[in-house]
Amino acid sequence: MTENRVKALEVKNLKQHFKVGSGKNKLVVKAVDDVSFDIYEGEVFGLVGESGCGKTTTGRTIIKLYDATDGEVYFKGARVGGGFETLKGNIKAAKKEAKEAILECKPFLKKQVEIKQKYKAERKLLKKEDAERKQELIEKERQELAELKADSEARPDQYQVDNEKIAKIEAKRDEFIAKQKDAIKGLKHDNAFKGETYEIMKKIQMIFQDPISSLNPRMTVREIIAEGLRISGVNDPDEIDRKVFEALDVVGLVPEHSFRYPHEFSGGQRQRIGIARALVVNPELLIADEPISALDVSIQAQIINLLKELQKKLNLTILFIAHDLSVVKFFSDRIAVMYFGKIVELAESETIFRHPMHPYTRSLLSAIPQPDPFYERRRKRFMYNPATAHNYTPDNQPSLIEVEPGHYVSASEEEAVRYRQEIKELEVKAAAKTKKE
Amino acid sequence: MKKDNVLEVKNLNVSFRTQQGILKAVRGVEFELRRGETLAIVGESGSGKSVTSRAIIGILAGNAIHDAGSIYYYSDDVKNLKKYQELRETGNANEGKGETPAIDLMTIPEEDFHKLRGTKISMIFQDPMSSLNPIMRVGKQITEALYLKMGVSKEEAKVRAIELMREVGIPEPEKRYTQYPFQFSGGMRQRIVIAIALANNAEILICDEPTTALDVTTQGQILETIQRLKVERNLSVIFITHDLGVVANIADRVAVMYAGKIVEIGTADEIFYNPKHPYTWALLSAMPDLEFDKEGQQLFVIPGTPPDLHFPPVGDAFAPRNHKYALDIDFVEQPPMFKISDTHFSATWLLHENAPKVEMPNVLKARIERSLKKEKEAGRK
Repeated sequence: MTENRVKALEVKNLKQHFKVGSGKNKLVVKAVDDVSFDIYEGEVFGLVGESGCGKTTTGRTIIKLYDATDGEVYFKGARVGGGFETLKGNIKAAKKEAKEAILECKPFLKKQVEIKQKYKAERKLLKKEDAERKQELIEKERQELAELKADSEARPDQYQVDNEKIAKIEAKRDEFIAKQKDAIKGLKHDNAFKGETYEIMKKIQMIFQDPISSLNPRMTVREIIAEGLRISGVNDPDEIDRKVFEALDVVGLVPEHSFRYPHEFSGGQRQRIGIARALVVNPELLIADEPISALDVSIQAQIINLLKELQKKLNLTILFIAHDLSVVKFFSDRIAVMYFGKIVELAESETIFRHPMHPYTRSLLSAIPQPDPFYERRRKRFMYNPATAHNYTPDNQPSLIEVEPGHYVSASEEEAVRYRQEIKELEVKAAAKTKKE
Repeated sequence: MKKDNVLEVKNLNVSFRTQQGILKAVRGVEFELRRGETLAIVGESGSGKSVTSRAIIGILAGNAIHDAGSIYYYSDDVKNLKKYQELRETGNANEGKGETPAIDLMTIPEEDFHKLRGTKISMIFQDPMSSLNPIMRVGKQITEALYLKMGVSKEEAKVRAIELMREVGIPEPEKRYTQYPFQFSGGMRQRIVIAIALANNAEILICDEPTTALDVTTQGQILETIQRLKVERNLSVIFITHDLGVVANIADRVAVMYAGKIVEIGTADEIFYNPKHPYTWALLSAMPDLEFDKEGQQLFVIPGTPPDLHFPPVGDAFAPRNHKYALDIDFVEQPPMFKISDTHFSATWLLHENAPKVEMPNVLKARIERSLKKEKEAGRK
């Protein structure tokens, strides 16, 4: 079913690492670590996880509020962003490899280096007090180096430098590096907000979590909504007015509201302004970053319904980021569950609730309180501890494996077999139950 | 029965002086809190649930006016209060015959309140970051409460603080004792706040949306901690929240508030399986649950916004937003509390004998039937 649909957004091996601290405390935080998913056109894709798991960072990296460390993002088939840490690593590795290969071709130099390394390693083992021994070693090293030199002068044919081979290696290296540099250049070009990328990026818009801090308190609603238009080159005030009023109408506000300031609105209305700001430039992909978690219950329902209605009417594709699983289930077609920067389970929303396979998904599902006291009394919360839940070894690493059509779980081969078995059992049970009824 | 009550709120009215005039935040709230039970107060923001709880612990803002009503606190410790002794001298004290003595918290001076606040009645707040001092080690923040109120020595206070930290579920309390709040995660910080609140063996714990700022998994842990402590220490808990899932998890009884009034109060089962007030129906059906059939369905939306309490409505405050069920009388006269069972009361004219018979929304009805059926199945097993 998903085969013939058009991919709107493709995220490939996206990584976002942050460097924090300095000196001894320097640390790389892998906020998003190798995340891949596709979003089809007209689909609502839910991204769930607890705070700090990298779901917001993923959204922000896609819309390029952060520069990606690695991986690529494609929107409507065109690359709109990516990182080049791997390419840089490739260059480094190629340089190192070539250096070693070249050394092989220079016998004299090679032996010299070998001797130096040998003594250096030995000296390193010495303690500070052993000054005598150290001196001794230095003498020995000098002696050996002198012997080597004498030997090379005595039999120069043994120490021929293979210039031809070196040239070959160097040419190969330069070609490889040029290729990588070209790729980096391409990525940099696509990353820049210019030309084609800019035109495509306009079609991606974002709604933020906090409707209070995401609206400038010193701008009127009209200015807030029109800012995007103005930046994209619409300057005619009449046209701006028309478009702003239209956007306000779409989100259920009236034109009179456009001359007020954000503080004059309630939380729900403010979130509507945020949505209007995103919609005014006719986006095709909306990244909704927890748009309802800061709102009241009754208002939450309003905003969810509004987003749902708009999604149908404007055929929007939505990346819906949230931590409230019941809302996500209500809203999304497919759901990805994230845990510490990695996607652990990805499936259609019905499937993920029917057959949650990854222990973390199960623990998350077991934690949602429901407005049902009987259910609550029976509910048992599972804990997920990655150290004890899996028996991963270096040669038994997890990867996203398709355990049933469209249902991916981060698992090792062994676990995948078990998951498939469990799904079968669950289906048999469900079938038996429906039969009974 | 009456002896069990630890707190009785009677006809509480609180207003605020604001630039726009008098804002009537709480308009005649009545409820009682029994020893060892959890009472959840549910409502939208601005419904007066926080103001009610702040009135109980005596930390209303400076512009608050206490219009009418009283909050009776039942405890033997009341006898030590100055105000109580004064009352006894004049013969007005509520000594009760063999009952626990009581005192009206709205009348006692600040000096007396000092003896109750933190030692008998404690509160935890929504945001664990802003309720802890960021530049003070957490250990000191816990012990501070101990030697200010209990007069214990520094060494003893430390021992007890570490014990408390262990009790609320903080691993390696000895190490954590000397750390700062920023070194703790949100859930851990909230545990510290709970430890501070319970340092002096309070009887009543008021939780003002303690889990709203937390994740589902952390929320579950905090709720379990509160529940465990409640049983261990026989606490009476007032739990304020707008998340009905949390209410179903933790509450013994539930009070639904709207526009400064309690519109429905009853046991958790009564509120969730036999709700009577249209506002309770609306709240329950506005929440998506995991079994919600999303095909072609919309979530129920409560139209409009809560009324401006500068100008409190004449009749039922919810009537203007209640297109489907509002009666004419709702706009004229406030409904009284109708009794449904011994524990279940609801303020809606729909319960009057002359009112037309109406049913709750179909979505909600279906959901309740579904959960009752499931319960039956589980019971049979």
